[in-house]
Amino acid sequence: MLQVENLSVDFRVDSGWIRSVDEVSFALDAQSTLGIVGESGSGKSVTALSILRLHARRNTRMTGRIVFDGEDLLAMPERRLHEMRGRDIAMIFQDPMHSLNPVLTIGDQIGETLRIHQGLNRAAAEKAAAGLLDMVRIPDAKRRVTDFPHQLSGGMRQRVMIAMAIACRPRLLIADEPTTALDVTVQAQILDLLRDLREEIGMAVILISHDLGLVAEFAERVLVMYAGELVEDAPARNIFEAPAHPYSEGLLKAIPSADVDMHRLYAIPGRIPDPGDRPPGCNFAPRCALAQPACSATPPALDTLAPGHRIRCPVRLAAREPAA
Amino acid sequence: MKDTTDPAVPIIRVRNLRRDFKVGARGRGRGVLRAVNDASFDVMPGETLGVVGESGSGKSTIGRMLVGLLPASGGEIELFGETITGPLGKRALARVRHRLQFVFQDPHAAMNPRMRISDIIAEPIDIQGGWSRKARADRVSELLDLVGLSAQFADRFPHEFSGGQRQRIVIARALALDPDFIVCDEAVAALDVSMQAQVINLLMDLQDRLGLSYLFIAHDLAVVRAVSTRIAVLYAGEIVELSGKSALYEDPRHPYTQALLAAIPRPEVGVRKPPIRGEVPSMLNRPAGCALCPRCPSAFDRCKTEAPALREVAPGHSVACHLYDGA
Amino acid sequence: MTDATVPPAAARAPLSPGAARRRILMRRLWRHRSFRLGAVILLVIVLMALAAPLLSNGEPTKMNLRARFAPPSADFIFGADNFGRDIFTRVLYGARISLWIGFASAMLAAAGGALVGLASAWYRRLDGVIMRIMDALLAFPAILLAIGINAALGPQVSSVIIALAAAYVPRMARIVRAAALVVRELDYVDAARVSGASAGRIIFRHILPNCLAPLIVSLTFVFAYAILAEAALSFLGIGPPPPQPSWGNIIAEGRDYSVEAWWIMLFPGLAISLAALGTNLLGDGLRDVLDPRLKIEA
Repeated sequence: MLQVENLSVDFRVDSGWIRSVDEVSFALDAQSTLGIVGESGSGKSVTALSILRLHARRNTRMTGRIVFDGEDLLAMPERRLHEMRGRDIAMIFQDPMHSLNPVLTIGDQIGETLRIHQGLNRAAAEKAAAGLLDMVRIPDAKRRVTDFPHQLSGGMRQRVMIAMAIACRPRLLIADEPTTALDVTVQAQILDLLRDLREEIGMAVILISHDLGLVAEFAERVLVMYAGELVEDAPARNIFEAPAHPYSEGLLKAIPSADVDMHRLYAIPGRIPDPGDRPPGCNFAPRCALAQPACSATPPALDTLAPGHRIRCPVRLAAREPAA
Repeated sequence: MKDTTDPAVPIIRVRNLRRDFKVGARGRGRGVLRAVNDASFDVMPGETLGVVGESGSGKSTIGRMLVGLLPASGGEIELFGETITGPLGKRALARVRHRLQFVFQDPHAAMNPRMRISDIIAEPIDIQGGWSRKARADRVSELLDLVGLSAQFADRFPHEFSGGQRQRIVIARALALDPDFIVCDEAVAALDVSMQAQVINLLMDLQDRLGLSYLFIAHDLAVVRAVSTRIAVLYAGEIVELSGKSALYEDPRHPYTQALLAAIPRPEVGVRKPPIRGEVPSMLNRPAGCALCPRCPSAFDRCKTEAPALREVAPGHSVACHLYDGA
Repeated sequence: MTDATVPPAAARAPLSPGAARRRILMRRLWRHRSFRLGAVILLVIVLMALAAPLLSNGEPTKMNLRARFAPPSADFIFGADNFGRDIFTRVLYGARISLWIGFASAMLAAAGGALVGLASAWYRRLDGVIMRIMDALLAFPAILLAIGINAALGPQVSSVIIALAAAYVPRMARIVRAAALVVRELDYVDAARVSGASAGRIIFRHILPNCLAPLIVSLTFVFAYAILAEAALSFLGIGPPPPQPSWGNIIAEGRDYSVEAWWIMLFPGLAISLAALGTNLLGDGLRDVLDPRLKIEA
């Protein structure tokens, strides 16, 4: 359903252009779940925002193709894209407070999407809004439609954002760190809700998060991004049980566990390179325990390790080849 | 130059600590929000007390009261034998101040952007006074080395550093006067996973080398498990469970602790238990009985009317829940 | 565990960090079109004022009865006034006094406003009282306040400066207070408090330096206001005393002859407009570059 091909995104800064997303390609089937994991600066959110072309146009350069149902979203005229936003592809963000208009009732805000895309009148939109609030498990939905955003808790606001996003039953929902601003117990509730809604509506979901645990619980397929590049693309089970890229492996080992005692945590040495100052070869080579001299010389390519499992690591690819 | 400490005597004693905030404008809508209610705990030399809770649990308020950033509304805080609450508290605090420090959540906000790293790290030294220029410069290099940064960084400004490096600088500042006790308020929450692990390891190495005690405030139970010796779980301003690390994670008693543990996303694929419903109540209209009652799966009649007290259910393991009253 | 990588920004620039930062700032400013235009205008005016003895006959108060009301010509490019004094010379020398009044009163207002604003932001108990007093002062039109103060102090350049400074202290105080209230809540202020820093240290080392951007921006605007206000005061006869010229008092002296000798008022008037325009352009540029809310994320 969604095919991203060689997507690159550059941003303008004082000193020129810096590459935020570098030649990312992946595909997403209808009704499937995809997780994109990475640390800050990995380009995971930028990738997601590109699908809806939400970057400020003046300071952004995007190349490649994003094909949704046979149409290239990057080549599409602004008007056509406008029709698709919210109707076919919807998005929810990290901060539900700043995504809601404080002077409109939540019923009005949910209704707005329906009035734009489905031409409902006010009364019908309000009724539909109540139905949607019910769908996102907001208790007492009929009365809640007249509430203003400040009357709701953080978790409730994120539910309202989800209600707005699913109003037109989109085929793709992009959730960018949807629970990062929420408490642990509420986070679990929201994740449950997204899981249920995906089945009810039959939509595909892209979940973007820095939290590997969250992605593991939610997604069937996981992309790991590092310094603007896709370094591993695999079924969730593979990533969490046998990560192949040294970065995925390190990231997984670095998460403290609530289930076992550890004397010291595993830590990946060094830090993420600045986008304007990336190493010549593999971006991860300076921090990598497996790095060979060749790794710092030429940038490695993303290659198939096993069917449905791609990694960007020549060392690990070479090690597996005889077996395959 | 360090005062001798008896390992069996707590360096921090907190008894019935309370903090109220007035909310709303004068007159109409004025209310009192009890952010911390009746909290009592000790911190022993060289140990880390983890304080866990969700937003509004009062965990940061406790940390801020311990270092004198916020006055207590009631109760008693004793640091190194000095009572810093009450009428003589200010004087007492001044006497022990050099033994206390604080590490903030946001390493970007914790440094004055117009100051050089050397001046940031040496600020506690400059405030104390009486250091020669040479001694000060040597101490700054020593501190940078201690937190794993190059001494060349001393002349730079904060904006040149990444989040993880900044947090190391903040930690270096906290260590400047060789304190005994550091409050870490969500010290790693703003960092990426790989940086988080580095900073946690650094804090633990420093504890081993310098014999520090920490009050480690966090919302992440996994992080707290990694660093703590004992753990206090807070809910709506009250300690609901207080115990040694292994007992808390292997045998959590309070329904809220159990729910928190169940809600942690784990990096393994599979199905899980449904999460606890509802959210933390507003502390302006706290329920008459147990604060968790409306969300609690095990609540019964008594929970609605009577607030449970924290009582010991096993040696060193206290819980505030009516489920364990019979024991 | 060690993290010895050198930050790349610093590795590239061999300059000291402070200098590098200033250079980036200057480059941003210079790229700002209105800042550049304003800076050029002001620079030209200041240079001309400084070079007045070289550019003119050097005697702004010298009378020449034969040249009374001489219209602009090759000899008197801006014409001459009722005493035959060369308007061009007087405008150049007048710039010295007018710019000095603008500069000195803006600096004084900034200093006073900073003190009042910081005190108000830090000592929350004083805040109510201080800000009510400032509100009361703000309720007076600034020019009226200046008239009162100036009338009480007598006709001197210094009393004009004091009067204008006093008139603009309240708005500077408001600006500094607003910025300081934000900064005082930041963690680095708390970090200083945990270490036992005194109020003075926190205010002058941590809060003030981080409130400078809005202060500098409003300083430029007060500078422009003060130049205009000097003209208004002169017009009312309580400006800098003649015969030494200021832009304001040249205009004031020329008002009786505005129909038959329009040049007496026109040229100092143009000078005032140009200076005010230049300052405003400069201030706009400073605001765009220094105000972090408009700064582009790098």
